[in-house]
Amino acid sequence: MVINNFAFIGVLLLGAIGFALAPLLVVFLVAPRKKSRSKLDTYECGVLTFGETWVRFRIQYYIFALMFVLFDIETVFLYPWAVGYAGFGVFALVEMIVFLAILFVGLLYAWLKGVLKWA
Amino acid sequence: MLVVIGILIKILVVVGITQGAVAYMILLERKVAAYSQDRIGPNRCGSNLVLPGGFRLNLPFGLLQPIADGAKMILKEDVIPSYVEKPLYILAPAISIIAAMIGFAVIPFGPVGTQAPSGVNFQIAPGVDIGIVYVFAIGSLAVYGVILGGWASNNKYSFLGGLRSSAQLISYEIPLGMSILGMVLLAGSLDLNTIVNYQDGHGLWLTRWLGLPAWGVFVQPIGCLLFIISAFAETNRLPFDLPEAEQELVGGYHTEYSAMKFGMFFLGEYLHVITVSYLTVILFFGGWDAPFLNQIQSDWFSGLLKALVLLVKVGLMVFFMMWVRWTIPRFRYDQLMDLAWKALIPIALVNLVATAAIVELLRSSH
Repeated sequence: MVINNFAFIGVLLLGAIGFALAPLLVVFLVAPRKKSRSKLDTYECGVLTFGETWVRFRIQYYIFALMFVLFDIETVFLYPWAVGYAGFGVFALVEMIVFLAILFVGLLYAWLKGVLKWA
Repeated sequence: MLVVIGILIKILVVVGITQGAVAYMILLERKVAAYSQDRIGPNRCGSNLVLPGGFRLNLPFGLLQPIADGAKMILKEDVIPSYVEKPLYILAPAISIIAAMIGFAVIPFGPVGTQAPSGVNFQIAPGVDIGIVYVFAIGSLAVYGVILGGWASNNKYSFLGGLRSSAQLISYEIPLGMSILGMVLLAGSLDLNTIVNYQDGHGLWLTRWLGLPAWGVFVQPIGCLLFIISAFAETNRLPFDLPEAEQELVGGYHTEYSAMKFGMFFLGEYLHVITVSYLTVILFFGGWDAPFLNQIQSDWFSGLLKALVLLVKVGLMVFFMMWVRWTIPRFRYDQLMDLAWKALIPIALVNLVATAAIVELLRSSH
């Protein structure tokens, strides 16, 4: 019987889900419950919260997320290249330098445009 | 059938050991913190025990403290504030612990493959050849626990903590992924076991000349440094603990969590520390390679000895992470982002190109 290597991960996943649910169940059965109004309030150092909680936030978080997508995909491309590097020779080296240079120029552009500045 | 029983036993052993390790890591963390600040730390639990039958037991260093901590987590009231998004609020700690646990699947705890004693691999899922990519993919799932927890809490502190954390984790994921590319390139594989075997053997010209082993820290010193820095940020350890930042955000994303749900975030975080320490040792400190060990032997004694060597190295790495916590103060947020984007990523790129060029040069000169 051949078992797919990834099946082991599936078994571990089931175990992990069980492990995450068990303590919640135990606490549900064992822990005391005494509700009171102020206990269930939002905790902000004893001061009543005012205004919306889910406030508008800086656009920069979004820009960094965009940059992340770009560079993460780049990294994913680099993995197979690194694994197969031994078989390709100078060609692979030059190709990858060109690829990285283009991306580096992109990073430099973002840098000079002030996107990376957190002010 | 035997395979299934074997895998279940392995999972039980690994989970048992890591949970025990986490419990005692928390004690160790408190002890390291205490001695760094010239205090003694927890020393009561376990001292002056009176066992049934009149036996007296005196355990030093508060060795039973983890049991007291665990009991407290279970017996405390589990408050769910009335303003939270309940499904997500409960899901968040579960995600963080599940992601931390399944990351272990491909990490070798000892010899695997031809070195494995009686064919028993010290790894939950042997033969998953994408190894390191899997660990990173699962590791980045942990972000969801933090973000969902911060958002669902409906609390400004939690929300800010979740936002900061998301930006920090995604920023440091890039240098983390790039820093190991040099090692992947040298070993020619993503499989962690192959990478350890590489470090046992060949090495570059310079390390051979100096008589050093081909450990990642010697053949890829810059990659090693980048990896360790990014790993600190990925596990939210000080000096990168901005998602929590007690002095500014109370507790950050877990401000509204109590009892066991808080404990699960805690557990997830420490499991992550163990995973990262294992990765650091396997990628850059030779894994189970030690000068006095013959790597070709595959009997049970040498197998267990290798697992022990790996465990000791991981323990030292964990201690190092705790030590740094009490040595370096927290970064400011703009410094944190600058470090990732303006220093670590460009250095990682240059390091990768330099490594590739040197490998090519050495090959063509032969």
